[in-house]
Amino acid sequence: MRSGMSEFGVPELTLQQKVFQINWLLVLLVTSIACIGFAMLYSAANGSWSPWAIRQASIFGGGVVLMLFIALVDIRLWLRYAYVLYFLALLALVAVELFGEERKGAQRWISLWVLDLQPSEPMKIMLVLALARYFHGISIEDIGRPTVLIVPLLLVAAPALLILRQPDLGTTVMLIAGGGIMFYLAGVRIWKFLAVIASVLAAVPFLWSSLHDYQKQRVFTFLDPERDPLGAGYNIMQSKIAIGSGGFSGKGFLQGTQSHLNFLPEKQTDFIFTMLTEEFGLMGGGIVLALYGAIMLYGLIIAMRARTQFSRLLAMGVVSTLALYVFVNVSMVLGLIPVVGAPLPLISFGGTAMLTVMIGFGWLMNVYIHRETRIGRRWDESAP
Amino acid sequence: MKPERTRSKTFTRRAALLTGAKMALLGGLTARMYYLQVVESERYKMLAEDNRINFRLLAPPRGFIVDRNGDYLAINIQNYQVTLVREQAKDVEEVLARLAQVIDLEEHEIAKVLRETQRRRSFVPITVRDNLTWEEVSRIGVNAPDLPGISIDVGQSRHYPYGPDMAHVVGYVSSVSQEDLSGDPLLELPGFRIGKNGIEKRYDLALRGQGGTSQVEVNALGRVIKEIDRQEGQPGRELKLTLDMRLQQMIAERIKDEKSAAVVVMDAKTGAVRALTSIPAYDPNTFSEGLSTKQWNDLVNNPYSPLTNKAVAGQYAPGSTFKAAVALAALENGISPDHSVFCPGHMRLGDRRFHCWKRYGHGHMELVDALRESCDVWFYDVARRIGVDAIAKAANKLGLGAPTGIDLLGERGGLIPTKQWKRDKRGQPWHAGETLIVGIGQGYVLTTPLQLAVMTARIVNGGKAVSPFLSVDQIDGRDAHERTEQEIPSLNINPDHLRIIMQGMDEVVNSPRGTARRSAIKEPDRAMGGKTGTAQVRRISKAERDTGVRKSEEMEWRLRDHALFVGYAPVHDPRFVVSVIVEHGGGGSSVAAPIASDVLKETQRLFFDEDENAVTPTETGENDANRRTG
Repeated sequence: MRSGMSEFGVPELTLQQKVFQINWLLVLLVTSIACIGFAMLYSAANGSWSPWAIRQASIFGGGVVLMLFIALVDIRLWLRYAYVLYFLALLALVAVELFGEERKGAQRWISLWVLDLQPSEPMKIMLVLALARYFHGISIEDIGRPTVLIVPLLLVAAPALLILRQPDLGTTVMLIAGGGIMFYLAGVRIWKFLAVIASVLAAVPFLWSSLHDYQKQRVFTFLDPERDPLGAGYNIMQSKIAIGSGGFSGKGFLQGTQSHLNFLPEKQTDFIFTMLTEEFGLMGGGIVLALYGAIMLYGLIIAMRARTQFSRLLAMGVVSTLALYVFVNVSMVLGLIPVVGAPLPLISFGGTAMLTVMIGFGWLMNVYIHRETRIGRRWDESAP
Repeated sequence: MKPERTRSKTFTRRAALLTGAKMALLGGLTARMYYLQVVESERYKMLAEDNRINFRLLAPPRGFIVDRNGDYLAINIQNYQVTLVREQAKDVEEVLARLAQVIDLEEHEIAKVLRETQRRRSFVPITVRDNLTWEEVSRIGVNAPDLPGISIDVGQSRHYPYGPDMAHVVGYVSSVSQEDLSGDPLLELPGFRIGKNGIEKRYDLALRGQGGTSQVEVNALGRVIKEIDRQEGQPGRELKLTLDMRLQQMIAERIKDEKSAAVVVMDAKTGAVRALTSIPAYDPNTFSEGLSTKQWNDLVNNPYSPLTNKAVAGQYAPGSTFKAAVALAALENGISPDHSVFCPGHMRLGDRRFHCWKRYGHGHMELVDALRESCDVWFYDVARRIGVDAIAKAANKLGLGAPTGIDLLGERGGLIPTKQWKRDKRGQPWHAGETLIVGIGQGYVLTTPLQLAVMTARIVNGGKAVSPFLSVDQIDGRDAHERTEQEIPSLNINPDHLRIIMQGMDEVVNSPRGTARRSAIKEPDRAMGGKTGTAQVRRISKAERDTGVRKSEEMEWRLRDHALFVGYAPVHDPRFVVSVIVEHGGGGSSVAAPIASDVLKETQRLFFDEDENAVTPTETGENDANRRTG
């Protein structure tokens, strides 16, 4: 076996070849969305680069470098260190539990030297990575065996419980949903999902009683936002007013009255899409959704072209997690679901979320570059 | 099939399905955006404008009130207030402590401001103190660098230059209370004042004006970002009164030693009220500045009722002044002016004796004599002959027994009794003796000083139905303008009857035997006529009468008689009427008539000598010597 060739005779890629394989169209898509984000953060600060746009842009710059680095690393290394990375993320969650800072009533942050880290963010994709690795090693026959699902269920449950304790119901639900998508893609039978959903529904009354008052309030408020327009329903009402008043073509850049007169809360983070559609209307919002749609389709294409289960699952998992966040965030600001703390990927202000998304895109590119690379069932069977 | 291929196919199918679901969701979100941004857009645009734009009311300046010469009776003055803005002050307590060294601030004032700062948003100015003196304003100005967040604001507050002298006519303004809210948004403006009494209340709407609006863009916290549009309101209109301030002040000065009194001067031909005074009064300025509980209690508990305008709301037995009306009733009911009655000092009806004020009687009296000397027996006799209802009819014609309709609030109607009235209200039949008592203006009869002025005016102006009014202009759609003589309807009274009564009233003052002879105005072309009245407030017992009726001066104040006088001038062509009551003042001839004389003299001087500007201030002093000597 010649050096530089895999065991199946596929040549090992040189760095130069890899760079040549980088999917620049994907980079362009990501950068476009991020730039729209900078513009919105500039607007959110009433036409100022500080405090948000400049920081977001520099983090994105670092993120691009990180993404390209991740894309170029041999995919087998990611398979090899999948569990290690997962446990590091889990450890960070435990650290939040122990040393975390409380902000807005929830422990979600740890201060790491200069960086404030929100460990629930990287957990989302580390879970995808770990599950991709696990299901990579499971044959389609084994998938049917219930015992096989114990380990991946634990992989989902551990971080879910930790995040629920923070407490952050929204992220917990999304983490579980992300895990569910991985199970689905891995080939777990549909009836099993139905069984889980049925049992969750059965447990709703019990869960309801364990919810915090503010969480119950959010559900009530969602059901009838005009019930208490100055209280909890305020955010949803103001968001809908902002979006609706934007009309087809929007009020113009920096001209959003709802945003700039502070009727809109959290306009630099969770409600940034509201501001975008207020200022750029249905057209602007539609373009951004189309860009996300393009990334989702790209994810599908990359996953289809990948040769190994790990690569496919990783690509599809990363893109689906991204999609999940887009849907939850946009549905929330459009008043379709209760208010949950979900950022809009690449656009909402937030360093940890931005870096997490960039790591995800790094893997997506990595899968594309290494689409022909064969990997054995276990990482040591195909070690480079 | 190879397991790996099955796995791959499953994945491909599911990934495609999943992506399809994502595309469907994106489509759903776009549809939702279309619904919000296109279908429902207009509604949300309106809501966004509602959010963004606030309408602020601008208080219009309140209209001034002036007298007939344009002298200001109620004006707006600048009111300097010191305000605090929390976000600029930073350490509010520290700044207030420093401010307390500059102007005297009480503990509770500081505590109140601190409480306010907690409640209001940080950029809202909070009034620390208003009605600052110039000295305080300049001291704050000098110390401004040490007082961050403190600034001086200029507001408007109502001021009454003549204070208590005009209080009962002009009234006052005060804060809006819950009952006052009528839907006019102006009333909800903090610090807005509305008329609470007198002319201020009667013509409040006209004086108030229309509020302007300022459209401002605000942010979510209510902070004003910029003004978009401004609509100036309509300032309140200036209101001119028929009163003459100089006359009003002269009267106030003339009666300042009395405890409780009221004087009305009216144009006999038009009904224009030239002066309307009631003492004691209060300072309306304290009401617009805000009254302390103690000040309020002092006013309410004052035995001389300073809050009551006695000229229109004080109801008194008219006493002998009523004889003018009874005389008219007699003539209208066929009693000849020559009708002669012998007065032995009393009259007997059944087993009761009705006394004349003159113990040993007047002898033979005819109508003019009876008026001149105020012989009670003549009027007993006439009253008995014509009956109480005939008296009431004449009295009503002359404006008694019902509110005159003057444009002031709180006017009372008095009472002119009839047989019907007694049956209805008391459930008792009328007694003949009561008719006699009514004949001399006692018993159930009650009149206000203003009504007596109207009565006199209707007698001396040839039987025209004048009504009193204060506002020169027609306001609020009310017919209260200065009417020409031709416009005033006639009462259809035989002019001969009026001439006879006027002769009697002339002789009251200008005959050597008249009851008010000492109060005559000596200038022939300005001579005064009138009728004295002394209203008993207690019953004189037989024992007292036997030992001699006590002089009023010897009795406790509240048991003394009311002194009344109605007068007119000049006698040859009556132009002004006056009505005076001095509560518990004693005799009408000794106390009320001299006041009326002085007032009419001054009235004529002001109105007839106006063009010459030749003011001779000694004229009023002359009669002072005659006071209380009748």
